[in-house]
Amino acid sequence: MSASFEPIVGRYMNLELLGRPHRLYVEEAGQGVPLLCLHTAGSDGRQYRALMNHRDIIARHRVIAFDMPWHGKSSPPAGWHDEEYQLTSQQYTTMILEIMQALELDKPIVMGCSIGGRIALHLALEHPDRFRAIIGLQAGAHVDPYYDLNFLHRPDVHGGEVCAAIVSGLVGPKAPVKERWETLWHYMQGGPGVFKGDLHFYKIDGDIRQRVAQIDTARCPLFLLSGEYDYSCTPEETMAVAASVKGAQATIMKGLGHFPMSEDPQAFIGYLLPVLEEISRTAGKG
Amino acid sequence: MIEQLKERVNADAGLVRRGRFLSTNFLLEVGSTQWLINIVEGRVSSVARGPFVMPSWSFVLRAPQEEWARFWQADPQPGSHDLMALIKRRVLKAEGNLQIFMANLRYFKESLAKLRAGVAA
Repeated sequence: MSASFEPIVGRYMNLELLGRPHRLYVEEAGQGVPLLCLHTAGSDGRQYRALMNHRDIIARHRVIAFDMPWHGKSSPPAGWHDEEYQLTSQQYTTMILEIMQALELDKPIVMGCSIGGRIALHLALEHPDRFRAIIGLQAGAHVDPYYDLNFLHRPDVHGGEVCAAIVSGLVGPKAPVKERWETLWHYMQGGPGVFKGDLHFYKIDGDIRQRVAQIDTARCPLFLLSGEYDYSCTPEETMAVAASVKGAQATIMKGLGHFPMSEDPQAFIGYLLPVLEEISRTAGKG
Repeated sequence: MIEQLKERVNADAGLVRRGRFLSTNFLLEVGSTQWLINIVEGRVSSVARGPFVMPSWSFVLRAPQEEWARFWQADPQPGSHDLMALIKRRVLKAEGNLQIFMANLRYFKESLAKLRAGVAA
């Protein structure tokens, strides 16, 4: 078998973030309307590998995914070894806006999954004019903790094993074996305490239930796509957001789980393409 | 049916290998029926049906019979397809020394899924 290269290019970006120097890994592919992709808690930008390899998508979009600090090939900031990592809404929002500016992205579409879907709701509420459209995958306004998060980071439980085992059932049961285990491998590779630190935002700090109805979809269209097997952000929770945000469009994706773009890319892209087409038809009219 | 756990788990060499550092007793409650399951180095060594006078166990997994029945269907519905999904819906209670359960979570998920209809030994 001869070697072949994917169209994805990765680079390291050095920038000042939240008052500290950071070294972040950014991948992108394609040209056109920027599509900025946000990965789930405890994972990294590889979740969007299939989008960046999809001919039709990269013919029309510059698809970008960065690994958040502490994740994937991005480093934690110097001094991390004496800190407890805990993501907050404010840090997460600042990070996304700063990275957009550094990459000179003019009104990108932002698409985030899980914690990325939650912050997408925050962005839709607080910074609607910065985005062409917002796509929330597995986006709910809040999730109550349903297990003791301390098990994710303690010396007598292997962090990589438990993080993957916690989320394994969030992958739809019919997902292709290769993509299922690729998705779980990313979880197995997370640094100690990182998934737990992300969940601080997801389950505690990032609760947006009281404000989500204030999202103005006339300023920024909001699309919600959720997999039916997700018990972290359930279809009901996504539909509750859709019901409270006037103009939001929601679709429940049959057979899919919590990581649609990574666990079953082919099925997910089938749901994504019509959304991207609608955005290209309607965005910018206002 | 629960008795089949022994044969089905022990027939899966990969599962036994992943459990090679696990030796414990745990209690499985299917409605009001108790099952005491002993694991030695990843192999299920015994499955005993209660009631018991003085059972010793490290942790217990407790759910109504109909919830386990849904979990053990060949193609379970969303929300019944994974132990954590049952826990999220508050129908499965895990109690006791859960470090053993969580440190071997993949093992316990895959072992209990062996009782699904259509799973070969």
